[in-house]
Amino acid sequence: MEFKDYYQTMGLKRDATQDEIKRAYRILARKYHPDVSKVADAESRFKELGEAYEVLKDPEKRAAYDQLGANWKAGQDFRPPPDWKEGFEFSGGDSGGGNAADFSDFFESLYGRGSRSGAGRHASFHAQGEDRHATVLIDLEDAYTGTTRTITLRVPEVDAEGHVSVREHGLNVTIPRGIRAGQHIRLAGQGAPGIGQGKPGDLYLEVEFRPHARYRVDGRDVYLDLPIAPWEAAMGAAVKAPTPNGILELKVPADSAAGRKLRLKGRGIPGTPPGDLYVVLQIALPPADTDAAKAFYRSMGEQFKSFDARAKLGVGT
Amino acid sequence: MRSEMRLPQLAGIVLDERAELTLAELCRACAAQAELIEELVGEGVIEPIGPEPARWRFTAVHLRRARVAVRLQRDLGLNLAGAALALQLLDELEALRAQLRVSGRG
Repeated sequence: MEFKDYYQTMGLKRDATQDEIKRAYRILARKYHPDVSKVADAESRFKELGEAYEVLKDPEKRAAYDQLGANWKAGQDFRPPPDWKEGFEFSGGDSGGGNAADFSDFFESLYGRGSRSGAGRHASFHAQGEDRHATVLIDLEDAYTGTTRTITLRVPEVDAEGHVSVREHGLNVTIPRGIRAGQHIRLAGQGAPGIGQGKPGDLYLEVEFRPHARYRVDGRDVYLDLPIAPWEAAMGAAVKAPTPNGILELKVPADSAAGRKLRLKGRGIPGTPPGDLYVVLQIALPPADTDAAKAFYRSMGEQFKSFDARAKLGVGT
Repeated sequence: MRSEMRLPQLAGIVLDERAELTLAELCRACAAQAELIEELVGEGVIEPIGPEPARWRFTAVHLRRARVAVRLQRDLGLNLAGAALALQLLDELEALRAQLRVSGRG
């Protein structure tokens, strides 16, 4: 397994004080907290940070870690020395921040897993299993038609001796038509198993849309930028536009300026009521890259002598 | 692909703007005590539908906000008012980002 340099993760020197460790954690936690941060790998950074802090904040765990020596480099192949825990007693216990189940193999090989081991032995104790949460990413088109997603969950399992292993558990979930970002799908009984005779918990899937190259989504409304030619904008035209559920013909009214929004009622995300599709017009100019095109633009300028594109800015012609 | 075919097909309940979760269900979904949820309501972080705790109902939006508030308090050492302020600022940030997206500059 790979060695983890917890000091490097937290940007600290090996002789950092406990106060410096706490301060570094708070600063980095605010920076990488997945609920706050828009950094692309915030979630994995935050997990690594939580693991590093779990070790360094605890003087006992830190001393044991320091004992491994300063010569290890992050990513180096690592195996804990056989006698390394001698003289240390770890209180186990569930860790504070983050999900202890997500800590690395490196962490587990040194400190073992948290407090889960006791759960199996108390057969007379019953409790409902915990609810679980996951995010499911779908395409906007899926919201128009409905789809099926296979969700893979990592489920910790405790064996008779209290060892914990992680098993992958797949589910086929129906994503109904009309689903919107921010909605949750609740799957009863698909959370963590209950303890004793307790019922299993539920699984909550939060729906998110993948960013789309063409469409933007706001609640149940969908926006599309549609380029049109100057003569289509000026004189009106019937043009074809893509929509998430197929190509559509729409009428561009005469004298349409760039940025004009055409509302296609009920063509947004389906539902009761359905959302709307807004087509935002953009005017695409043909390039003046031939003599004929240049001559045409010149004569257009002469024809429209009295037209002042900057009339509203009050700078004169 | 074939292994996916063998998995059972599950259809859950969609939680949306309609309030469907009870206080007990929200507590379980957030792994939080009822007192904490009541504090979040008291601080105005989430506004359930219904007159008193036994008849409160919560929406998907409440679920999301409550979970974020719980995580912010736990992971960043914030108190309730701090988490409430962070959530409010995150809401404003998200509204601005949505505006940028709609105008095509996001």
